[in-house]
Amino acid sequence: MTELSHEEIKHHIKIYIGVFVALAFLTIVTVAVAGFHLPLVPAVTIALLIATIKGSLVATFFMHLGWEKKIIYWILVLTVIFFVVLLVLPAVSSA
Amino acid sequence: MSTASAAHLATAEHHYEDLPFWRKYIFSTDHKVIGIQYAVTGLLFLFFGFCLMMLIRWQLAYPGQPLPLIGNLFNESAMVGGIMLPEFYNQLGAMHGTIMVFMGVVPLAVGGFGNFVLPLQVGAADMAFPKLNMVSYWLYFVGGVIMFASFFAPAGAAQSGWTSYPPLANIASVGQTLWLLGMAFLINSSLLGSINFIVTTAQLRAKGLSFYKLPFFVWAQFITAFLLLLAFPPLMAAAVLQLMDRLAATSFFMPSGLVVNGVVSQLSGGGNPILWQHLFWFLAHPEVYVLILPAMGIVAEVIACNTRKPLYGYKAMVDSVIAIAFLSFVVWAHHMYLTGMGTKMSSFFQITTMIISIPSVIILTSLALSLWGGSIRFNTPMLFAVAFLPMFGIGGLTGLPLGLASADIHLHDTYYVIGHFHYVVAPGTIFALFAGVYHWFPKATGRRMSEALGKIHFWLSFIFINGVFMPMFIQGLAGVSRRLYDPTQYAHALPTQPLNVVMSWSAWLLGLSQIFFIINFFKSIFWGQKVDQNPWGATTLEWTAPSPPPHGNFTKPPVVSRGPYEYSVPGRKLDYVLQSEPAEAPVAGAGKVK
Amino acid sequence: MEALIPYIAKPHPVTGVTNSKLGIWCFLASEVMLFGALFSSYIFLRTGSVDWPHGSQLLNVPLATLNTMILITSSVTMVMSWASLAMKSIPKYRLFMALTILLGLAFLVVKSFEYAHKFEHHIFPSTNTFYAIYFTLTGLHGLHVLIGVLVNLYFLFPGSALWKTNPDQLTGRVENSGLYWHFVDLVWIFLFPVLYLL
Repeated sequence: MTELSHEEIKHHIKIYIGVFVALAFLTIVTVAVAGFHLPLVPAVTIALLIATIKGSLVATFFMHLGWEKKIIYWILVLTVIFFVVLLVLPAVSSA
Repeated sequence: MSTASAAHLATAEHHYEDLPFWRKYIFSTDHKVIGIQYAVTGLLFLFFGFCLMMLIRWQLAYPGQPLPLIGNLFNESAMVGGIMLPEFYNQLGAMHGTIMVFMGVVPLAVGGFGNFVLPLQVGAADMAFPKLNMVSYWLYFVGGVIMFASFFAPAGAAQSGWTSYPPLANIASVGQTLWLLGMAFLINSSLLGSINFIVTTAQLRAKGLSFYKLPFFVWAQFITAFLLLLAFPPLMAAAVLQLMDRLAATSFFMPSGLVVNGVVSQLSGGGNPILWQHLFWFLAHPEVYVLILPAMGIVAEVIACNTRKPLYGYKAMVDSVIAIAFLSFVVWAHHMYLTGMGTKMSSFFQITTMIISIPSVIILTSLALSLWGGSIRFNTPMLFAVAFLPMFGIGGLTGLPLGLASADIHLHDTYYVIGHFHYVVAPGTIFALFAGVYHWFPKATGRRMSEALGKIHFWLSFIFINGVFMPMFIQGLAGVSRRLYDPTQYAHALPTQPLNVVMSWSAWLLGLSQIFFIINFFKSIFWGQKVDQNPWGATTLEWTAPSPPPHGNFTKPPVVSRGPYEYSVPGRKLDYVLQSEPAEAPVAGAGKVK
Repeated sequence: MEALIPYIAKPHPVTGVTNSKLGIWCFLASEVMLFGALFSSYIFLRTGSVDWPHGSQLLNVPLATLNTMILITSSVTMVMSWASLAMKSIPKYRLFMALTILLGLAFLVVKSFEYAHKFEHHIFPSTNTFYAIYFTLTGLHGLHVLIGVLVNLYFLFPGSALWKTNPDQLTGRVENSGLYWHFVDLVWIFLFPVLYLL
């Protein structure tokens, strides 16, 4: 990323500010929704959805994953697959 | 370019030569020194773990009998009048497994062979992160010291199996806490090492050395590094949780309503011991592939070199090793068939377990087919490499009934399991590691090991190792449980008790047979026949460097233009072509050949 | 010795990354699995339990919301510190790095208030399984924040001397430190709703 020009970085900075505003807004939304005391399944779904959007913003823009090279992308895809396996299978096995 | 590189290397060597002893040999950042540190430490722990097993085998062959000669050397808490106490037997069992797997085999296979050979085989000057490499060795060393020291804790070392299942492990003595701490060091050592291996393989390959021109050994180590990177952290998390349970009175693994020794537990409860099993086996299953893949890598190199022909099915082997790595993350609960999972989940894990046997068979078959039509040299490394094939075959085949949930009901936690996994890792992996030692010893030291002593070592080991493990299948089928202090206490175990005597004598004789290796190893360091760069006539890049290679490895960075196994190429004078030999220039006036 | 190892400051022509960038992403992959195991334990224990409290009843949501905002802001200042180096401004780099460190410390201070309040009311990890996983998850996360603060302190003070001899390498190192810091923020983005709001 050090190969970027001054103009490109200034453009990126505008994006960072925009992402910050989005993250702050989504934080307020997630706390507000929690106040509605929805039943468990919709509550979990909405909370995780918002968290995933926030996380994607951090990963794509702050961590530059939107511009990153294939090798990084593939390592992360592999990791996410195993992460989901680890999250889901033990609980399902004991249901 | 070449004079600049040679000067560069000379400068690096010069600076390196000026380093004081403690920076050159103790806190070295040179991958070759670190590799030897890992290998020697690993061999010492293998020896120690082997001694623990020889003690176990006394109790199994002659239960309740005082141990002759050395029995009185043991503390009252271990042996009374030379007679082993059950608590000590359990320590021996738990620590034998732990030490062999985590402090013996993996450090030697990955830390030792991986560190020494991989940078050379990819044509690099060193690993990508030499300082990190040094740290990873010393983390391993500290973890090993903690594990060893745990024997001297009050009430001894960990004694709840190498699997440390709660609730038993939760309430065990201090030795278990030390086990968890030792594991934390080993896990972090492994993590740093795996990052180094992945980055080195991806980034530091020589010019022209594309992924599909890599020696199979490098592929095996590269894939193994991914297993270590992604599978170990859940065990780290589990260790943290068990430490919290033991030290902060949490109940991650302690269920409600637990009664221990007649006393109702004062813990909050609400935990689940099965959680530990999931987290433990999520690591421990990929771990067994960590145990076998480097061994397959070594066998591939030794077979190609000593058949004087390319490996059969290189691409299939590479694709298979990638498939094994991926699948190894979704089979773990085949170690948990008896925990009440329900048939849907048991079926899922049974299916994935059956599927994972396919790429393993592809690799084994390719290695075996590589022998066909070869001009075979039965030197010591080749003897061990060829023996690996049927031994791993037996290990793999005996895994099938264990992978089938219905058969596993009868075989789980019996000696059948012990026989199965020892076949894979003892006459399997450890034989491959011996092959690797004999094969690469000349590169590391500039001298050969004795063929005569090597062959004696091989034949004695081969005979006695089968004597130790083959009868275990019979015992297991007869229903004899593992981790039994006194096998004669059960009527169904009595008919197979004579086998215990056979196995124990085989084990002790196997131990004596290693003396030939130990003598050969040390004798050859000082008085072995001197060799040049490429005593085996092999093709891969490590054989283009001096024996032993200097700091920085290559006078000029190698450039690769061909595959890793160009043996017996028609029309060539020699029966091998080094990977770095330039591709033939087209002959002037010749037509274009498609 | 290190001079013989290529792609430290300049990226590899084929993979397109430097050694340390690939290295830090591999490390973060392992961290995903570490926190993943703890989240998996949370799911396992909660789905297997008879009774599980609502996070907002037991935990301090306003303080945790404040901490969420603190960490998000620190992520912005962190990426700005890298951008400052990429635009060759050392004073701006120092400003943003210092802000990142202060925000990280603020997070830890707020956390310590949270924990102190619990301990004063005799609530410990041993109290029940909910608190056990709460303290373990937030404690491990807090440890990661602390380590990040220490690494950033190194880059603010002694580490910044590298600017004189190898500015590209320092920019790369700060970028990598930023990747770690953003990851710690990312973990909290999931931790916060899971523990405090559900």
